[in-house]
Amino acid sequence: MDLNTVLLILDSTLRLATPLLFACLAGLFSERAGVFDIGLEGKMLIAAFFSAAAASLTGNVWAGLLAGCAASMALAAIHGLASITFRGNQLISGVAINFLATGLTVLIAQDWFQQGGRTPQLEGGARFQPITLPFAETLRDVPVFGPIYYDLISGHTILVYLGFLAVPATWYVLFRTRFGLRLRAVGENPGAVDTAGVSVVGLRYGAVMICGLLCGFAGAYLSTGLSAGFVKDMSAGRGFIALAALIFAKWRPWSALGACLLFGLLDALGNRFQSIEIAGIALPVQFMQALPYILTVVILAGFVGKAIPPRAGGEPYVKER
Amino acid sequence: MQKLPSWADVVLIPLINLVLAFLVSGLVILYIGENPVHALEVMVNGAMGSTRGWGYTLFFATNFIFTGLAVAVAYHASLFNIGGEGQAALGGLGVALVCLAVDWPFWWLALPFAVIGGALFGAAWAAIPAWLQARRGSHIVITTIMFNFIASALMVYLLVNVLKAPGMAPESAGFPEGTHLPSAYDVLGVFGIPFNRFAPLNVAFLVAVLACIGVWLLIWRTRLGYEIRAYGKSEPAAVYAGISPVRIIMITMLISGGLAGLMGINAVMGEAERLTLDSVQGAGFVGIAVALMGRNHPVGVFLAAVLFGALYQGGIELEFEIPAISREMILVIQALVILFTGALDGMVRTPLERLFLALRKKGAA
Repeated sequence: MDLNTVLLILDSTLRLATPLLFACLAGLFSERAGVFDIGLEGKMLIAAFFSAAAASLTGNVWAGLLAGCAASMALAAIHGLASITFRGNQLISGVAINFLATGLTVLIAQDWFQQGGRTPQLEGGARFQPITLPFAETLRDVPVFGPIYYDLISGHTILVYLGFLAVPATWYVLFRTRFGLRLRAVGENPGAVDTAGVSVVGLRYGAVMICGLLCGFAGAYLSTGLSAGFVKDMSAGRGFIALAALIFAKWRPWSALGACLLFGLLDALGNRFQSIEIAGIALPVQFMQALPYILTVVILAGFVGKAIPPRAGGEPYVKER
Repeated sequence: MQKLPSWADVVLIPLINLVLAFLVSGLVILYIGENPVHALEVMVNGAMGSTRGWGYTLFFATNFIFTGLAVAVAYHASLFNIGGEGQAALGGLGVALVCLAVDWPFWWLALPFAVIGGALFGAAWAAIPAWLQARRGSHIVITTIMFNFIASALMVYLLVNVLKAPGMAPESAGFPEGTHLPSAYDVLGVFGIPFNRFAPLNVAFLVAVLACIGVWLLIWRTRLGYEIRAYGKSEPAAVYAGISPVRIIMITMLISGGLAGLMGINAVMGEAERLTLDSVQGAGFVGIAVALMGRNHPVGVFLAAVLFGALYQGGIELEFEIPAISREMILVIQALVILFTGALDGMVRTPLERLFLALRKKGAA
């Protein structure tokens, strides 16, 4: 493989890792606060639809982003209502949200656009356009560094850069602010947080809504950055890959970046090659597609390090006994 | 003291939840600009207005009974088996391998072996998550989700590279003639009862009914069932009583996976008569809704499965009659049923408990 092919694959890795990264960080906030979320997929999907729809109707991609985030946060609010206020089963609520998104997106798309559950093709200002970073053109001819800077680092949409900036931001919020400390505490021992006079319910709602916001970015990127419009079921299991990445990263932001890049790379390789030969054994593309899930199961099994979820995860908090 | 009389828990709450789900669905239909009452008429008529409708409704219901029982059995041990989708897909593979292995002379000879094949493959696919939960403490919900995706990749691989019959579509060869399960038309015809010729309802429905009875016997009439329920209610108490958690988790999940795998009898052997991609079509997830509605009791699962069967068949008719409402309306209704009966249960239950408590106080005074 020459440098060009490698750069192409890495370039597509960055693109494919971005939605995973947003969704993974979204899940990180929610699960660190003790609210399991298997509805990342659904929130991403509904955000993808409403971003594409609003962008198509207004011609403005930022309006699309806003609509996508709003839709995703609306579903997050339902999840919060079910799992925090009514102390329902968080996993069941997540399952319901995934179905709700799958159904509603196609239903509304059909009603609004009559194109068989898709939005019209987005063009121009209705999409996020690639940004050329400063000096990319001038440095292009510098050997090795030039192509890397020009082809790999420059030329992505703003959301890709935002996604990568979200990693240090998440780390800072969770590990260097008072809000983050409390948020993590509420996922480990909500009773202690309550005793300290901080609202468990408020913190968890906060975390769930941040999760909705970030899923909104993930979905908006899918339909207005990565592709040009919404098609039925376009999240295609990415929400679950993000969930897998979250567990693979053991609920830590920097590891989440690594996990999402790895899973993005697997996706990029699978898109490019029909099968890959390693040590004389041809690995079929389906194996590459299943690899994120297999790796996550291995991690969960505790054979390679142990993934220990936040202790109060999945448990509704009951103040009085 | 029980806060609610049992009839309220078993009948009233699911009914209120269902009504709420349908009300919200009606609002969605109103938003689209159609008449929800008319839509409901179309659905009920399409699902139950003819023998053809019933043939499809009960065919779908058969799938949902298997996957619903799978979720319900696991739930009695406090295990949330969300992997019915993958287990049913593998079950379909098992059924297909049995049907293709031998040139079966009679369906009644092929059926028992297909049942064993489907159950074994489904159980095998549940075995790894079960073992990981029992021995390594990995959360079964996450592992079963992961196994759904691994199953789907595996099925694509097998159908594209290994089992593919000549032709364009990634599907296996057609099953031999002798594996054809008698349809409702064939069976009822013997008794002179007319039934639609083309509806896919077949004898697998009877297998599903037997499975319901079997699960009822298992859970409420055997020592193992008692142990499963005891473990599900309280792990420490079960351990104190000498019940091995590892054993219960393994056995429960194997039964659960096996039940999901049996769906292949109906969908693969009974209808398609070949193994296709996506033979499960979301029935694994419908099983969650069915088990929730049916309160994890076989009778409830049966009724809820028929309801969802009618919903699926009615939804298909709905798309024909009112093109503005696409088939995905079923998913919305399904999501709302899961949401109201599963996640938002407390929203209905808490006020009802207060109401009944107040009534009881009044009665005592």
